[in-house]
Amino acid sequence: MSENPYLPFEATVVERIQETQSIFTLRLKFCDEDVCEYPFKPGQFNMLYLFGVGEVAISIVSDPEDNACCDHTIRAVGRVTHAMSELKAGDKIGVRGPFGRGWPLNEAEGKDIVLITGGLGCAPVSSVIQYVIRRRERFNHLVIMQGVKHREDLIWQDQYDQWGKSADTQILLAASEDKSTNWPWFSGHVISLMDKVEFDPNNAIAMMCGPEAMMHAAIKPLTERGLPEEDIWLSMERNMQCAVGHCGHCQYGAKFICKDGPVFPYPEIKDYFGVRGY
Amino acid sequence: MKQQKILKKKDFQSLLNLLAAEGYAVIGPQISDGAIVYQSLDHTSQLPIGFTDRQSPGSYTLEKSANEDAYFAWANGPQALKPLLFQSEELLWTASKDEANSIRFEQCLPVVKPIAVLGVRACDLAALELQDKHFLQKEFVDPYYQKRRESLLLIAVNCSHPSANCFCVSTGDGPSAQKHYDIVLTELDDVFLIASGSGKGEKICGLLSLTEATENNRQSAVEQEEAAIKVQTKRLPDIDVPVMLKNKTNHSRWDLIAEKCLACGNCTSVCPTCFCHTKKELHALDGKNSQHYRVWDSCFSLEHGYIHGGAVRSETSQQYRQWLTHKFSAWVEQYGRSGCVGCGRCISWCPVGIDVIEELSALSDEA
Ligand code: SF4
Ligand code: SF4
Ligand code: FES
Repeated sequence: MSENPYLPFEATVVERIQETQSIFTLRLKFCDEDVCEYPFKPGQFNMLYLFGVGEVAISIVSDPEDNACCDHTIRAVGRVTHAMSELKAGDKIGVRGPFGRGWPLNEAEGKDIVLITGGLGCAPVSSVIQYVIRRRERFNHLVIMQGVKHREDLIWQDQYDQWGKSADTQILLAASEDKSTNWPWFSGHVISLMDKVEFDPNNAIAMMCGPEAMMHAAIKPLTERGLPEEDIWLSMERNMQCAVGHCGHCQYGAKFICKDGPVFPYPEIKDYFGVRGY
Repeated sequence: MKQQKILKKKDFQSLLNLLAAEGYAVIGPQISDGAIVYQSLDHTSQLPIGFTDRQSPGSYTLEKSANEDAYFAWANGPQALKPLLFQSEELLWTASKDEANSIRFEQCLPVVKPIAVLGVRACDLAALELQDKHFLQKEFVDPYYQKRRESLLLIAVNCSHPSANCFCVSTGDGPSAQKHYDIVLTELDDVFLIASGSGKGEKICGLLSLTEATENNRQSAVEQEEAAIKVQTKRLPDIDVPVMLKNKTNHSRWDLIAEKCLACGNCTSVCPTCFCHTKKELHALDGKNSQHYRVWDSCFSLEHGYIHGGAVRSETSQQYRQWLTHKFSAWVEQYGRSGCVGCGRCISWCPVGIDVIEELSALSDEA
């Protein structure tokens, strides 16, 4: 990386994939031939810069061993991401990163893994799913829980079927506001499925991302079943502008989400988690 | 030269001349628009001679001092070092597009010449240490701040006239300069006591015509310092403030403050340790160039915690809580000490006179 942590590198959009109506994935490749290695961990993020518009923090969803490209799944919600959704293959973009602390995937080896996600396009956890499935033998039982409002909100539907076929893998999907009869999964809140989750609390790790209220609700059933708080990891989201702990926007109590997180073991953020206004 | 020497007041201009000859642009305190501010300084006659300040919550005025020849018989004005290093607006880089639509990024490091700042106070040096920790001493170094920082020569002046809003004694940061200065002055009646604190400062002192300090001079300086300590009656509550605040995320006081607070952000902009900034993109009309700036921001702005179409802190009570708990509590975890150096600026420059000390005391009470 450059000495100047604010300066982006130029990258090319190799492919643009429309995942749902508002979610798209950009596959990026650095233009500078010298940047052939781009070591990162699932859960880390990059700052993507759209020319003339601005920067936005996006988590990296591709596999760290996939050197060819770096994938970013983006939901068009704000000014920059809306404008970014217009990008096509061949367009140029600025990238700096990778930033932050990723998921504890080394610590998770040999353990049961409980992945809980909610809401739209929870990219940080999908990178973990891909990672674990590709290295299935290194991990024990795998549970994938995803809660959405409507079935259309579930991205990578086909992949869930695929993942479900993988050995020793439990998939629990819930759509809280879906009344349609052909939804094969649970109709209701994903947290209601917590008692169905199979894991050994003495040898498991939970990783979650999504709405804070959902994560908050998931913590109690996990700890009640004996999972220690330090084995519960969350990916947090706040306004991120500099990504290097300077601009102050992502502060969460004494933590800077950009560099201390975005992935945290629960005890580190417990004091503020669930308190409005932090 | 740790040893204190004497610079006669009649030779004071020789210090400015020497600094100029050594290639420094000198910046020093001057009266402008009713306040003492730091501006380019050529002659000692431009200093606020014979003036003093009167500060109270929400108020700052200048008046004639009893000592009509004194250069430094006043406490800090609205700003000192922060805007010189962490500028209110800084161009970080530019992006330009060529015919093939390739983007070229170019960093825009500031071109700086050496700057000597005369009249730096103890609180500002303590704040400088905190800004250094923030911008230079964590995982990422800010090259813009660094360049400006390296260009500075700091000439401190020990405070003899703290204002009624000052509480640097209780934060442990003043009234006398303790470290991070290149040269330190103590203003006495006809002379300055002068000492260096760095190699750069020692070089300058070596080029000045100085005389030995007498026991009398030293005694006067000690008495002056003792007096400056004594006039400070404002102090932090006598409890563990960071711990107290940790337990006050819900307290009725936050709502009471919110009834007064205008969320104008004056406190965060005058505070010498606040570091928050946002970015600004200036896109040229030709569509080929774009400039990426950073500009000061405040946790009192709605956008400060904006995510997914909503503000994390939409209420003034939450914004005020962010300011106070960050400054006096979270800072300790982040940088090993409180983010407050007791300069009193946020109290003087608050349009409605909210006083952090009063708020901390109220929060220390139960409820
Ligand atoms: S919080 Fe107020 S008194 Fe403390 S350093 Fe900042 S401006 Fe000065
Ligand atoms: S969060 Fe508020 S108090 Fe803390 S540095 Fe930023 S502006 Fe200052
Ligand atoms: S994003 Fe700027 S401090 Fe974290």
